[in-house]
Amino acid sequence: MTETPLLDVRNLTIDLPRGADRPHAVEDLTFTLEPGEILCVVGESGSGKSMTAHAVMGLLPKAVTVSSGEIRHQGTNVFSLPEREQRALRGGRIAMIFQEPMTALNPLMRVGDQIDEVLRYHTTLNRAARRARVVELLASVGLPEPDHLRRSYPFRLSGGQRQRVMIAMALAVEPDILIADEPTTALDVTTQKQILELIQDIQAKRRMGVMFITHDFGVVAEIAHRVAVMQRGRIVEIGTAEEVLNRPQHPYTRQLIAAVPHLIEHREDFTRARQPVLTAEKVCKTFHLGGGFFTPGRKVVAGDDLSLTIHQGETVGLVGESGSGKSTLGRSIVGLIKPDSGKILFEGVDLLSLSRPAFRPYRRHVQMVFQDPYASLNPRHTVGDIITQGPVAFGEDRRKALDKAKALLSLVGLDASAAERFPHEFSGGQRQRISIARALALEPKLLVADEPVSALDVSVQAQVLDLLEDLRHRLNLSMLFITHDLRIAAQICDTIAVMQKGRIVEIGPAKEVFGNPQHSYTRTLLDAIPGKGWTIPEDVIPVTRRSAALRNSA
Amino acid sequence: MPRIALFISQRLVKAVFVVLAIAVFNFFLVHAAPGDPAAVMAGEAGAADAKFVEQLRQQFGLDRPLYEQLGTYMSKVVQADLGYSYRQQRPVFDLLMDRLPVTLSLTLTAFVLALLGGVALGTLAAMRAGTWSDTAITVVGLTAYATPIFWIGLMLILLFSVNLGWLPAFGTETIGAGYTGWEAFLDKAKHLVLPVTTLGLFYMAVYTRLTRASILEVRDMDFVKTARAKGLPEWRIVSVHILRNAILPVITVAGFQAGHLIGGSILIETVFALPGIGRLAFEAVLQRDYQVLLGIFLLTSVVVVVFNLLTDLIYSLVDPRIEVAP
Repeated sequence: MTETPLLDVRNLTIDLPRGADRPHAVEDLTFTLEPGEILCVVGESGSGKSMTAHAVMGLLPKAVTVSSGEIRHQGTNVFSLPEREQRALRGGRIAMIFQEPMTALNPLMRVGDQIDEVLRYHTTLNRAARRARVVELLASVGLPEPDHLRRSYPFRLSGGQRQRVMIAMALAVEPDILIADEPTTALDVTTQKQILELIQDIQAKRRMGVMFITHDFGVVAEIAHRVAVMQRGRIVEIGTAEEVLNRPQHPYTRQLIAAVPHLIEHREDFTRARQPVLTAEKVCKTFHLGGGFFTPGRKVVAGDDLSLTIHQGETVGLVGESGSGKSTLGRSIVGLIKPDSGKILFEGVDLLSLSRPAFRPYRRHVQMVFQDPYASLNPRHTVGDIITQGPVAFGEDRRKALDKAKALLSLVGLDASAAERFPHEFSGGQRQRISIARALALEPKLLVADEPVSALDVSVQAQVLDLLEDLRHRLNLSMLFITHDLRIAAQICDTIAVMQKGRIVEIGPAKEVFGNPQHSYTRTLLDAIPGKGWTIPEDVIPVTRRSAALRNSA
Repeated sequence: MPRIALFISQRLVKAVFVVLAIAVFNFFLVHAAPGDPAAVMAGEAGAADAKFVEQLRQQFGLDRPLYEQLGTYMSKVVQADLGYSYRQQRPVFDLLMDRLPVTLSLTLTAFVLALLGGVALGTLAAMRAGTWSDTAITVVGLTAYATPIFWIGLMLILLFSVNLGWLPAFGTETIGAGYTGWEAFLDKAKHLVLPVTTLGLFYMAVYTRLTRASILEVRDMDFVKTARAKGLPEWRIVSVHILRNAILPVITVAGFQAGHLIGGSILIETVFALPGIGRLAFEAVLQRDYQVLLGIFLLTSVVVVVFNLLTDLIYSLVDPRIEVAP
């Protein structure tokens, strides 16, 4: 390469503060970013990919320091610049967008003013010119009525709109480099597709260099020109997208790719010969937001005539975008929300007609696993307490319950000694295992899992899914699996129900729903899955998964 | 704007009912205490003759049934007549108006200074968290918060009045000096310095701690990172992005405390011999001066209601997510 690269990172090492789990956040990192190129940086959480991005932006937390190496922007070492020039670079030549659009904008400032700020500090435009530019930018990222939207506060906008505002803000002074730190992870699959297309489009038009951080190989397959794989602060593999995706060399890359949920996993067809465990009939639920004695609030229909049957041993997947009412149905089944009308029949008994004391015995039969393993376990209780509380409340002897809890912990793949420890001593995946053990302690017949793996890294995700799959066979569990990720649903579910705006628009065997979708919304969802064009190379599919597939077909 | 006008008028209507309800409640509360003004006056006169006491009661209307007294009281209250203090031989309204300026000039000045100083110091401490200046501010704040307020007052008098002789120790003006105009104002201001400092220090400590904690929380939020990534100068990040978000809990607490400004300065008024509402309330309790006591209670409740309304308004101005909903 003869021209100087846009960004040239050489032997970058960043020290972590003493007492961290490793001495360096990133170690001896070398890579370049060329104009007009999308470089995807892939790795699990804690691999140092965000730290690298923050170092380029000069946004490192105070506790960590760059100990050696340099970052060159068009030939100039960024670290050698005085603070004022670094600031001019930041937001001016190098811009960044973040993962959480819901929190990345100042809630008390109009979005137009937030974009205006960039222009104020990086250009000499006057007020009127800046205003025109803000409107132009908002229009260029595909936001409707930009002149009106400019005066809105962030809380009025959806996640996708906020991310567009962030992109508009990043593009304000036409930077050479855009750093995107998991910009679509928090978004719905259809919104993700739109944002990815927007980024690609802008990148191609302006010949920007984009450093795109992600953990999702689907996204990588969709947009990357080159890929860098990071593990524990080092780049273990770097190359063109074609090479890394189809001929991964490093074992870690292969491991990551192997953990990617496959769109259509070969599962046996579920036969409905067995008894229905739970039937929801015409369940409706409307939430009323705001409003007072005299003023009517806003109505949100989260459930409209929902009907669904879960048979013994069946896993029913509930898929749809956020706000489609998936969780409302799940919570109604567990008894956390009371629907306005309809029936929820558990082995023939309508749970909704029961009084509180009469409903209580049924609670143990339907248990829930929540999304966020960091928030769903009481931090002040030991794991043993957390697991035994349910059985003890149902009259089991404490000692016996604790013995059972230890057995459950080993069942979910943890050491029995975990019972004496506290949740914060465990990683996210381990915590989710604890949540599953807690749910199983009551020997439920039905498990409602509300996005149980969406807060986890892809390899951990695969482990937890394998665990659920294994438990299902061993304990003959029925499961309602709520997820927004269709790839996961395809892998684990027998039956799929697609929800949109409080309605089930399509329901049927997984193979049919994915193979031959009837409803246009289902097709939209399937079409939005990133990386459809890429098939995981046959030789990296792990042995265990293949044997599971064999067992299913046996 | 009509939205806000609607909000205010609806809230005011509600406030009237709240205040009236409080007035009734106060009436019973005061009468639940043993003893009455007649007994206290007779006792002080040294003529504890049962007949004399009875005559006093008749004169004050205390022999009437309680509901009748309540009726008389409430019908007067709605006409803004707070009654007559037989003790002081003056209408209660006049008494309150006499004392109110002293208390208000003391508490409002202390409150505003404490708020400004507290937010400034808290911000400074938070932005330099972990350094010596943070530690110094935290230690001073904690000391001011934990030390009894009257003791601080006494120590300040000892230092600035007795030893240094810079500032007057008590009263609201130099008696017999005959100052007029600007000089009179300066004289009064000088008298206020020590009481305002004493009271303000306590409040300032509260706001400093609150602001510091709130900023430390906001400082790590995502939108602050966004602001940094935009390449804004540090002062702009602190003032526009961090402080404005961090100030919200401070407003909540400040609005709550502002409601207590009228009654909250008894100690200060006592230490610095200021003829304010707090002292008046204290004396009225000792003398079972029902009318005065009820007047003070009513005044206090009005102030609380007004400041609550103000807080809500300020909140809706600062935070667009909160809409004024009547």
